Amino acid sequence: MDTFLENSLFRNIYCNLASASENCAARGYGDALLPDGLQWLAFTLTGVAIIGLVVNAILMGVLGFIWFERRVFARFQNRVGPNRWGPFGLLTPVADAIKTMFKEDVAPEDSDRFLYNLAPVLMVVPLLVVFAVIPFGIGTFVADLNVGILFILAVTTMSGLAIVMAAWASGNRLSIFSGLRAVALLISYEIPMALSILGVLMISGSLALGRIVESQNVPFILVQPMGFLVFFLASLAEMNRTPFDLTEAESELAAGYLNDYSSMKFGLFFLAEFMAALAGAAVITTLFLSGWRGWEPVPSQVWFFLKMGGVLFVIIWIRFTWPRLRIDQMLAFAWKGLFELTLVNLTLAAILIAVWPQPTTTQLWMMAAINWPVFFASIWIIGKVMGVRPHQIDRTAMGALYPVATDEPAPASEASEQ
Amino acid sequence: MTGLNLLRALFVTMKNFVRAPFTVQYPDRRVGLVGAAKAEGKSPLGLIRNNPKRAIKAMAMLATVPEKVPQNKRFRGNEFTWLETRCTGCASCAKYCPLGIIEIVTHPGGIDVQEGESYGIDVFDIDIGRCMFCGLCVEACPYDALHMGATFERSTYTRAGLVIPVDELRAAPKTPSSWFRPQFEERGFNPFEEQVENHHEAGRHEQPTPEELRQRWVNQR
Amino acid sequence: MTLKTEPITINIGPQHPSTHGVFRMRVTFDGETVVDLEPIFGYLHRGSEKLAEERTYTQVVTLTDRMDYVASMTNNQGYILAVEKLTGIEPSPRGVWLRMIAAELQRIASHLVAVGFLIQDLGAWGTPLIYAMREREKILDLFEMLCGARITNSYLRPGGVFMDAPDEFWPALDILLADLPQRIDELDQLLTNNEIIVARTINVAVVEPEAMVNASITGPMLRAGGVDWDLRHRDPYDYYDQVEFERPLHTASDNNARYWVRLQEMRESIKIVKQCIERIEPGPVRPPEVPFLVRPPAGDGYAAVEAPKGELGFYLVSDGGIAPYRCHVRAPSLINLTLLREMLVGGMVADMFVSFGSIDINMGEVDR
Repeated sequence: MDTFLENSLFRNIYCNLASASENCAARGYGDALLPDGLQWLAFTLTGVAIIGLVVNAILMGVLGFIWFERRVFARFQNRVGPNRWGPFGLLTPVADAIKTMFKEDVAPEDSDRFLYNLAPVLMVVPLLVVFAVIPFGIGTFVADLNVGILFILAVTTMSGLAIVMAAWASGNRLSIFSGLRAVALLISYEIPMALSILGVLMISGSLALGRIVESQNVPFILVQPMGFLVFFLASLAEMNRTPFDLTEAESELAAGYLNDYSSMKFGLFFLAEFMAALAGAAVITTLFLSGWRGWEPVPSQVWFFLKMGGVLFVIIWIRFTWPRLRIDQMLAFAWKGLFELTLVNLTLAAILIAVWPQPTTTQLWMMAAINWPVFFASIWIIGKVMGVRPHQIDRTAMGALYPVATDEPAPASEASEQ
Repeated sequence: MTGLNLLRALFVTMKNFVRAPFTVQYPDRRVGLVGAAKAEGKSPLGLIRNNPKRAIKAMAMLATVPEKVPQNKRFRGNEFTWLETRCTGCASCAKYCPLGIIEIVTHPGGIDVQEGESYGIDVFDIDIGRCMFCGLCVEACPYDALHMGATFERSTYTRAGLVIPVDELRAAPKTPSSWFRPQFEERGFNPFEEQVENHHEAGRHEQPTPEELRQRWVNQR
Repeated sequence: MTLKTEPITINIGPQHPSTHGVFRMRVTFDGETVVDLEPIFGYLHRGSEKLAEERTYTQVVTLTDRMDYVASMTNNQGYILAVEKLTGIEPSPRGVWLRMIAAELQRIASHLVAVGFLIQDLGAWGTPLIYAMREREKILDLFEMLCGARITNSYLRPGGVFMDAPDEFWPALDILLADLPQRIDELDQLLTNNEIIVARTINVAVVEPEAMVNASITGPMLRAGGVDWDLRHRDPYDYYDQVEFERPLHTASDNNARYWVRLQEMRESIKIVKQCIERIEPGPVRPPEVPFLVRPPAGDGYAAVEAPKGELGFYLVSDGGIAPYRCHVRAPSLINLTLLREMLVGGMVADMFVSFGSIDINMGEVDR
């Protein structure tokens, strides 16, 4: 019980519901709503309340994020963005949601109905579960798992499976392309993603997200630039965002695995897509941007959401600036670029940890000072090795077939011959 | 190949992020308090005092101000302007329409306003559902009776509603576009602010003599 | 162990976001690789050539607008040149300069669309496309000033243009010409050296210059292969022999080269428009003796212009009547599609649409 009561979210609900048990009394809680002997009911109700709270908060967050993304990318494109429903168009996602719900739910004849219906659910659930372990502020979390980051890596893999499932069950050939790509991406990007956070884990010495945040006297983005870059790019790939949105690839596969989904099943995929961005931003904030840590008197939760908003902005910024990579380039990028970068990062982190086993703040700054030059050097080397060179336009080689351009018009006879 | 140009691309989009949007929010534009006050020609405080309801709405970014699309005077719109007093019912427009969408039924002996005899118009229907707004009918009109409209807002829910009947053409505000009508441009006629009061204003400056007319109609065409 | 694989045939289009209209391809894939491809078109066939036989010479101008609806002005220009050749009308100088200005502005607009959609096919979520479209809008505003329409202009008439430019056109054009180079530089900065675009476009869909010449491909696609073939220079029509401009050439003949050539041609077009503004003189915009109803003598005439997509030719046969006896259009979009199969087979799914977009076709012109 004590472990539960350390969670402020749980404690505040539970201790106000249950009668003044010893644990609550010790923390200064007085009278309770429920009579004595109903602690089990209070426990259950608290659990349900927390689940309801978090799930609804996430759904509202998704609505907010949809609005945020549409407004922001409209500005990137010199437009105004949705501004008709509600102030600043804030109710536009609500209108979208209502419209999606009332669409006819069509399933293709050739589809595998069971998998077809299961896939959207399987897409959304893991992403909801991710939020369970993320500390949003001091004492504000659903569960502080001691293997939190491992848990996140494990459950997010499910969404790749859901894409394959949806692609296969639709019975659509364009969808199958999307499914194949999803498998390739899943296998390739899980590895650099998992390896990139090893450096973080080494320095903080824990898998629990709360502990990782506490150990970030210096944000790990400064200490671990390579780890951050790889994790950021790999999570972009995991959440199917440009430049890695190959599974959806609007200009190639129409909508990829979403081709045959309609109504709220499509809505769930849509939800999952935005939820993935939120979850990715939350994890990046926790691991690399020192989570809820900030300066008083602004509450820790506010700091967390501010940082998360910053990460989301960068994600949107990238999405609407960079084009998409091709599948072979993407896999090459994962295996030849990111994988090497993580290995460099890992070796360096191991050496540094061997020198300073329990780094203090000063030692963290020194680690950062060593990491950044290595970061630039390795990026430069990898770029040299795997890059495609832009054309060097050779004016003398032009007109191999016909004369090189001159300012005088060609003689009439020559023109008529050709 | 080190990603520097990707960062440069991000910089370009950021430059556009801070630039003002170029969207024209037709037909109305969402405004804040300042915009709403400006539209009514008041100061923001004045708006709060005079019209608190609208001021609150504006502060919640819910107030709208009508906005027009910037148009040019030569715009070929779908609200045709037809001056019956100039029309002789010669049906040149119907003849030169590439799609044949102008239907004219006349009877002999109409009102004689111009030189020579003219026909009385019974039917003058333009089916703008099939119109491609090439303006050849206007180009073909020898008496400057038919003009393209300067605006484009004549839309309906049915196809039948897209036929402009003669009564509507008669009653419509006379706001001709200056497409193929240099006389409007010469005197600076603005169809978005004023109307043609008098059918004499719509004509070209020189009135053709009967001899010229014969030259034009018999010898050349 | 060898895995048993099977080619998969997919019907792409006519309803597909990246086929630039109602184009259809029956493609056989082996994994992500294209092994066979069959282009199918005709979904936008409106019989323009046959319709032209029923229309007077002036009325056909409105039909040419609707062929390549991204570049109406150059379509008009090609047709009007053919009519002038057929009838022997000597155009008014001011009309010719005006239509050269219009045609070069149209070339910029069309290339902006081509570049924007090429990047859109690469998956850039429309940002460069919107920037390109934003600039195109300004050009279309100028067209609205000139002739009252933005897309289907019908601005040109035998002997010149139908109406002189209004007074407000010239300052607006100056503002545009001062602004446009910066915007093109911005696109250049955003796209040309962008690592992802370089990786995606270089050495993709390379076509041999010899093959392109044999397939009579024209336009920026041919010039990207290093063949110096620009009708404005080789067979100058209107007053193109009196203006100076360079013809951007590239040797790589891949998607990147085609993009680069278009970007440079926009800059050259700006140069041409500036020279036209200097050279233009007051006067009638079309000879007053040209009647509304052109009646050319019996015979035939062919005239070709360098449209943004390539060589656009109109072949008119007259039997002495008020309507052409036969009108044939040499549509560059259709002819540039000839090498589509050679370009795409062996490539990847993702490159397929990019290469297809780099040809810069317009379905209105392909099917006519």
